[in-house]
Amino acid sequence: MKWAVIEFPGSNCDRDAVQAIAAVTGDVVDLVWHQEAALDPYDAIVLPGGFSYGDYLRCGAIARFSPALAGVRAAAAAGKLVLGICNGFQILTESGLLPGALLRNRQLQFRCEVAELEVVQPDSPFTALYQPGEVIRIPIAHGEGRYYAPPATLDELEQGGRVAFRYARDVNGSERRIAGVLNPRGNVLGLMPHPERAVFDWMGSIDGVRLFQSMRAFWQRQSVAAVSASGGSGQRGLG
Amino acid sequence: MQTNHGAPVTAQGPTPEEVQARRLYRELGLTDDEYDRVVAALGRLPNFLEAGLFGVLWSEHCSYKSSRVHLATFPTRGPQVLQGPGENAGVVDVGGGWAVAFKIESHNHPSAVEPYQGAATGVGGILRDVFTMGARPIALLNSLRFGDLSDEHTRYLFAQVVAGIGGYGNCIGVPTVGGETVFDPVYTRNPLVNAMCVGVLRADRIVRGVAAGTGNPVFVMGARTGRDGIHGATFASAQDPQAKERSAVQVGDPFFGKLLLEATLELLAEGRVVGVQDMGAAGLTSSAAEMASRAGGGMELFLERVPVREAGMTPYEIMLSESQERMLVVVERGGEAAARAVARKWGLDLAEIGRVTDDGCLRLWFHGEQVADVPVRALVDEAPRYQRPQQPPVQPPGAGVPLPPPEADLGEALLNLLSHPNLADKRWVYRQYDWSVRAATYVGPGADAAVVRLPDGSRGVAMSADGNGRYTYLNPRRGGAIAVAEAARNVVCAGGKPLALTNCLNFGNPEKPAVMYQLAEAIAGMSEACLALATPVVSGNVSLYNESGGMDIYPTPVVGMVGVVEDWAHVTPNAFRQAGSAVLLVGPEDPALDGSLYWQLRAGRAAGDAPSLDLTMERRVQDLVRSWIVEGRVRAAHDVSEGGLAVALAEMCIPMGMGVRAQVAAAPVADGVARAGWLFGEGQSRILVEVEQAAAAELLAAAAAAGVPARVLGSTGGDRLWLGDSTQAWLDIPLPRLADTWRKALPQRMRREEGEADAVS
Repeated sequence: MKWAVIEFPGSNCDRDAVQAIAAVTGDVVDLVWHQEAALDPYDAIVLPGGFSYGDYLRCGAIARFSPALAGVRAAAAAGKLVLGICNGFQILTESGLLPGALLRNRQLQFRCEVAELEVVQPDSPFTALYQPGEVIRIPIAHGEGRYYAPPATLDELEQGGRVAFRYARDVNGSERRIAGVLNPRGNVLGLMPHPERAVFDWMGSIDGVRLFQSMRAFWQRQSVAAVSASGGSGQRGLG
Repeated sequence: MQTNHGAPVTAQGPTPEEVQARRLYRELGLTDDEYDRVVAALGRLPNFLEAGLFGVLWSEHCSYKSSRVHLATFPTRGPQVLQGPGENAGVVDVGGGWAVAFKIESHNHPSAVEPYQGAATGVGGILRDVFTMGARPIALLNSLRFGDLSDEHTRYLFAQVVAGIGGYGNCIGVPTVGGETVFDPVYTRNPLVNAMCVGVLRADRIVRGVAAGTGNPVFVMGARTGRDGIHGATFASAQDPQAKERSAVQVGDPFFGKLLLEATLELLAEGRVVGVQDMGAAGLTSSAAEMASRAGGGMELFLERVPVREAGMTPYEIMLSESQERMLVVVERGGEAAARAVARKWGLDLAEIGRVTDDGCLRLWFHGEQVADVPVRALVDEAPRYQRPQQPPVQPPGAGVPLPPPEADLGEALLNLLSHPNLADKRWVYRQYDWSVRAATYVGPGADAAVVRLPDGSRGVAMSADGNGRYTYLNPRRGGAIAVAEAARNVVCAGGKPLALTNCLNFGNPEKPAVMYQLAEAIAGMSEACLALATPVVSGNVSLYNESGGMDIYPTPVVGMVGVVEDWAHVTPNAFRQAGSAVLLVGPEDPALDGSLYWQLRAGRAAGDAPSLDLTMERRVQDLVRSWIVEGRVRAAHDVSEGGLAVALAEMCIPMGMGVRAQVAAAPVADGVARAGWLFGEGQSRILVEVEQAAAAELLAAAAAAGVPARVLGSTGGDRLWLGDSTQAWLDIPLPRLADTWRKALPQRMRREEGEADAVS
């Protein structure tokens, strides 16, 4: 499996993501400069955390115009896995690949701490190795992580099984304590917490490991399905 | 338009004769004597621009003219030192082919006026000092001083400084892993904001700020030059922060700083860069002069080529601007294309503005006209050095202060201390800092020292920032020594081996003999401790004129200590882990309350002498505890510092909710004052360790053999903090009450600043 981590000007969790994914999966993980639009060689694309373009306009609002986003859209449309972490989540909402928006934390302050998350949707390409309702510990580090969407959209997300993670405790004022959401097909996930900061014991939690392993397991099943039923899409989105 | 002295002049502005006759040099920061020295050095009258160059480079901030003779006495050598003071940052060898570059710097005066930007640009500046050495920044720390939080303006300063530190560090993606925040009314009108950065590099790849190689091109890379921050350096050397202009404070752009960081490291990796320096205080003037000085050469600059933010900027403004996020880069002739490619990738301006010369002069041109021609040596090396007069106090400032009778309930006394913002949980602060970005923070904020992994994971760097203004006020020499000893002790407790330090000397007005005495004595005390602990000084910064309304701050030396963690098994927590462990106090027992926070709070002023310190004993205690940690015999270790033994034990209980029953005095003590001394005295060189019960006797014997006093205070377990003597309890508090008091103190004091927003967490 081949992974791309997109580096925007101002990304600062790009190397963390590369290292974590390489360590967890043993796969090839390339750091890809945002000017690269052709992402065809990659099976999964990660938009890392940071402050792309300084987040001076709105978080992610400028990064969405990067050439790499064309590649990300194409990958998402082709059913490949796209993971947006923190600033990556913000870029995905700004680019319309995920609904809603991330607003300033209700405290109007940055928050860095280990958050408890409830795995709401364990039947997705990103969460299959977690138990239903399992509570995992993943660090958060954001100033603008308050998830917002209109009530109708929130209902739609909940009913469609597209709320992947929920904060066990309100940490930033997010609507319905939502920490991560999926697209309708289930192959695009955005989340504010940082699974790449929870992959070794010394980090205080290894609960991020299974997110990357879930993605890899999904890709493997997909590859097998694609080979055995050539012509079939092999897609398996939300269950 | 040449004068009869043959000196270059600027098109606009006063003539050299007018600068002299109207004493305009005074506005540029030069005294009459200093002006005469400039005239002698040049052999002619300086023009306005030249006088401005001298004014800023001979300012206290750039020249260290009051402190230099004393700074020269710091021990700076050791086998671990790869780069000592005089560069952008110091560098030490941490083994395995790795080195760390680090430095601490003040941004006190800007933070007093514009706290968010003052603190943010302080962080930006110290980051650039480190990455110009070729090191990738891996950690930030800070040391902060504010007034009393009951004061509304103090709460504003505190909240904004914390936000500014986070605003810059979080965005650029370097974790803020530790530091200290201290509150005392002496800092009300003059807060201290010291920022420290630690970076990692291969030991054989150090880059220095030299402009070498005649004919090599000189570039400015990064932000455009604007009119902001002109005279920031002379501003920092002026006396009253309240009278200082906000316009002299620079504005930071962490996104730009990030681009500059990545571009600089990429450029350095290309191997074609001769030298780099941040355009910090005194901007282009100091970076050009200092780079040329280190190379022993000169530099020629064409100022119209400097990218500017607005039209009509004069050479004077271009030379003295302190616009942030700019670097001066000297590239090998032939390496220009590679440099341009890197700058283009990161979207940065890269302008060739001059070249390296060999005639020892800083020569400035503006649209074909020579506007300044000054010997570099005169600007940098021949800056004045003052042996300013010193005056010891008639009697020590804390002498004769009575101690009011202690509280009837010593448990309440402990809770009062734990709710003092100096000792209370600082989570309110550090939850606003991204301390886990880079995914390499092994031990984050809240520990005795932070520990960060090196890139290959083979080893770690332990780091701590500590200072104590109260001790230094009461006894400057011992206070200076304690700052070094405590920082090293913190590194030892966390499992590191202390290697070297950086320091920031925050003092008052050096023109007052009493302040000069404090500075000289504190430096002498720090030097003694550096020698005793084999931790030389490799970098540092001096901030003087920290006064307002004629009141000087406490003399506050802050020490940033760096050590190496050679084995992950050495990393030691500072909280009790297991029930049934023995709790040992290692080090001399001293129930005196001198210099303690307890006495200050009871008496309403700093009182007594500084706490006791014996440097020979300090070294023995540190070596002994370190040897136990290396042998794997220590479950937890924590040094006894502000608040004394009772607070240290409480701090060990709270994180894991593990109680302790400890005899803080071995023999019965009846007197309340004496009990308070045993509980809250701040005598130095003491470390609490949690060890296996069965090992205690053997460890006590080892301590005796090493000449170190040690005693078993009691054992862990239960859910209460029980402190007393051999016969009686003095206080006995349930842990939830202790934890609640400690955790809520700071958020409660800051609630007014947050209003409803705090309802979330």
